[in-house]
Amino acid sequence: MNMSHSAFSRFWRSIMVIASRDFGAILFSRSFIFFLLGPLFPVFVIGMAGGIGASVSGKAVTPVLGIAMEAAETDAFLAARDRLSGSVAHLPETFIVIRLKPGERVMARSLLERAKSGSPVVALLSGPLANPKLTGPGGSVDMWKGPVALIAAEALRPQSSTLPSVTVDKTISARADTARKRIRTAQASQTLLFLLTMLLAGMVMSNMVEEKANKIIEVLAAAVPMDAVFFGKLIAMLGVSLVGLSVWGVVGLAIMLAGGGIPSFAPPAVGWPMFALLGLVYFSFAYLLLGSLFLTIGGLAATVREVQTLSMPATMLQLLVFFFASYALGAMGEPIELAAILFPLTSPYSMLARAAVEPDLLPHLGAIVWQALCVTLIIKGGATLFRRTVMKSGPAVSRNSFFRWLTGRRKPA
Amino acid sequence: MTKSPNPSEFAIASPAPDADTGPLAIEARDLVKRFDGTIAVDGVDISVPAGTIFGILGPNGAGKTTTLRMLLGIIDPDSGTRRVLGSDNPHAIAHRIGYLPEERGLYPAMKAVDAIAFVGALRGLPRDEGRRRGRELLEEYGFGHIADRQIRQMSKGQAQTVQLLATLVHKPDLIVLDEPFSGLDAISQGRLEKLIRGLAIDGTTVIFSTHVLSHAERLCERIAIIAGGKVPFHGLVSTARDRLPPQVHLETRNVDGPWRAALPPEAEPQLRSTGGALFDFSLTGEVEPLLTALIEGGAGIQALSIERAGLHDAFVAIAGEAAARALEQDAEGVAR
Repeated sequence: MNMSHSAFSRFWRSIMVIASRDFGAILFSRSFIFFLLGPLFPVFVIGMAGGIGASVSGKAVTPVLGIAMEAAETDAFLAARDRLSGSVAHLPETFIVIRLKPGERVMARSLLERAKSGSPVVALLSGPLANPKLTGPGGSVDMWKGPVALIAAEALRPQSSTLPSVTVDKTISARADTARKRIRTAQASQTLLFLLTMLLAGMVMSNMVEEKANKIIEVLAAAVPMDAVFFGKLIAMLGVSLVGLSVWGVVGLAIMLAGGGIPSFAPPAVGWPMFALLGLVYFSFAYLLLGSLFLTIGGLAATVREVQTLSMPATMLQLLVFFFASYALGAMGEPIELAAILFPLTSPYSMLARAAVEPDLLPHLGAIVWQALCVTLIIKGGATLFRRTVMKSGPAVSRNSFFRWLTGRRKPA
Repeated sequence: MTKSPNPSEFAIASPAPDADTGPLAIEARDLVKRFDGTIAVDGVDISVPAGTIFGILGPNGAGKTTTLRMLLGIIDPDSGTRRVLGSDNPHAIAHRIGYLPEERGLYPAMKAVDAIAFVGALRGLPRDEGRRRGRELLEEYGFGHIADRQIRQMSKGQAQTVQLLATLVHKPDLIVLDEPFSGLDAISQGRLEKLIRGLAIDGTTVIFSTHVLSHAERLCERIAIIAGGKVPFHGLVSTARDRLPPQVHLETRNVDGPWRAALPPEAEPQLRSTGGALFDFSLTGEVEPLLTALIEGGAGIQALSIERAGLHDAFVAIAGEAAARALEQDAEGVAR
């Protein structure tokens, strides 16, 4: 037989034999159709909830332009807006904050800051119509600069036919605004990562049950190291997950395009292509880290019922991981974020969020190596535990033997 | 009637390689395994010469499967050493080993030919080559018609045969079969015996466990008897049988006479209604002096047979003796 005798190639080949069997068995089973349809149910529920929410928020929190001008100019501005609203779309909703007496001045910034946090007024229009001033966050003032100039020009007719120059006072710098938007991108990516991982990682929990129920575990254990069985099963499920992701991605994109557009997010700090690549890598590691843990836990379960019982705490664990990573996102650069990066299960979430906010790539290299090491250690530990508890191999786990295993030292003969 | 021999006659045969055994396929020394504090295998020594058929015999729960699982690296011994085909790590030479576990198992959705190829692939055989050889093996053993049938659609015997063929597909140098005859009908058992003999003729080492001694008696040159986790006998089948003296069955016209002195004291006569007597006893000395004494002493021999002890008798005697010895040791342990 022409076979390689290198230990690594033998190990890798074993992994691929297990992985290809599992991958094929899942992909070509009827249940895979249900697996693909699975996300439709939450998407449907989210869609329903989102539709209701959008309708509510559309009425309640449409951004409004506050007006703080002299009374005559205020009336002229509102009349001009009404005249234009029939022919020009996307004119700002307005709200009279204060009618000033002639010659009276207003501190627009302090007026805006005093506005209640739930107030729909996000920017303030002040100053004379001939030279209006817009005060507010960068995004809003940029959006309303043109329409305000148009309305002011209409209000000034027929005395003036020129387009007045609008002075802009941005309360949040462009840089800060971008950072704020990137955090939204980071939050969205973390949420997507969590949803996908939650959907997929739990599936590996029942993966060893088939082998134990069919008694084929003996055949596998005699032929290949248990680590290879664990790795193979995880890789197979990762492959299935990526197939699922591809299908859902294509379908989702088609639906969004047909529905009129893709939700806009601020470009991540590392750029979209690198962010997508890192997203794929961190999804894989988030899945592998959680999956290896679940595979170990599921492997130790004796029956399907036990696996089902374990599913709920497993979901809770996933939620905790997500909450921790989300909390760390609000404390970037602080020890809590470092802790989230170092803790294996939250590391992919935190690093993906970091990719949205910080442009440095080097930390990602370190994180990927760290996460790969953690996956290897969890699988190695899981396989050892499986051999000792399920296969009844080796002496019972004691503190000394555990440390010998950890340090790679062998017991003297 | 089989007599239990004197314990001193049962010195454990040395498992060290004899001059005539040649290279060893398996060499295990002092294997010990405990499960939850209970000792399952207690200092087992086994040596299996390459190219032979070796049987591991023992009652259920004796430690046969645990021993095989340790030899194959499925579980690690608590202490002791093992060398399989010259390697301390059975997984490193997995491509040279075939294994049929006692608890049979294949993926139910797999077709027979794919199941064979999958087990071959686990042992390093390319999948396509495995399918080709799998089909050949199924044809050769008369199961070509189920090659594309799923395991779940097969009878238990068919599935078991598929798994057996899967252990051979990568042409291993060593085949380990754990209770291979259990669950098979008589015809399949005969077929399996033929298969095992054929493998040994081709130079493959076959080691199998069984508690059905007739298979071992027909197939094996060497055996190890395991009882209570220990190996009270290890060696040639003929040596095991020779541990018991030949059994004499004698029918005489006369019940008494000077010839009775040639018979051992425990040889009690069973009187026949038609006259004369029956004697069953172990032959402790030579045959010729006994015959001379019977003829010259006027016993009136009507029938005489002298039979070598069978493996079953030898096993019962050896395993029983070992159990008694273990009991004594337990008692000694308590006394200490």
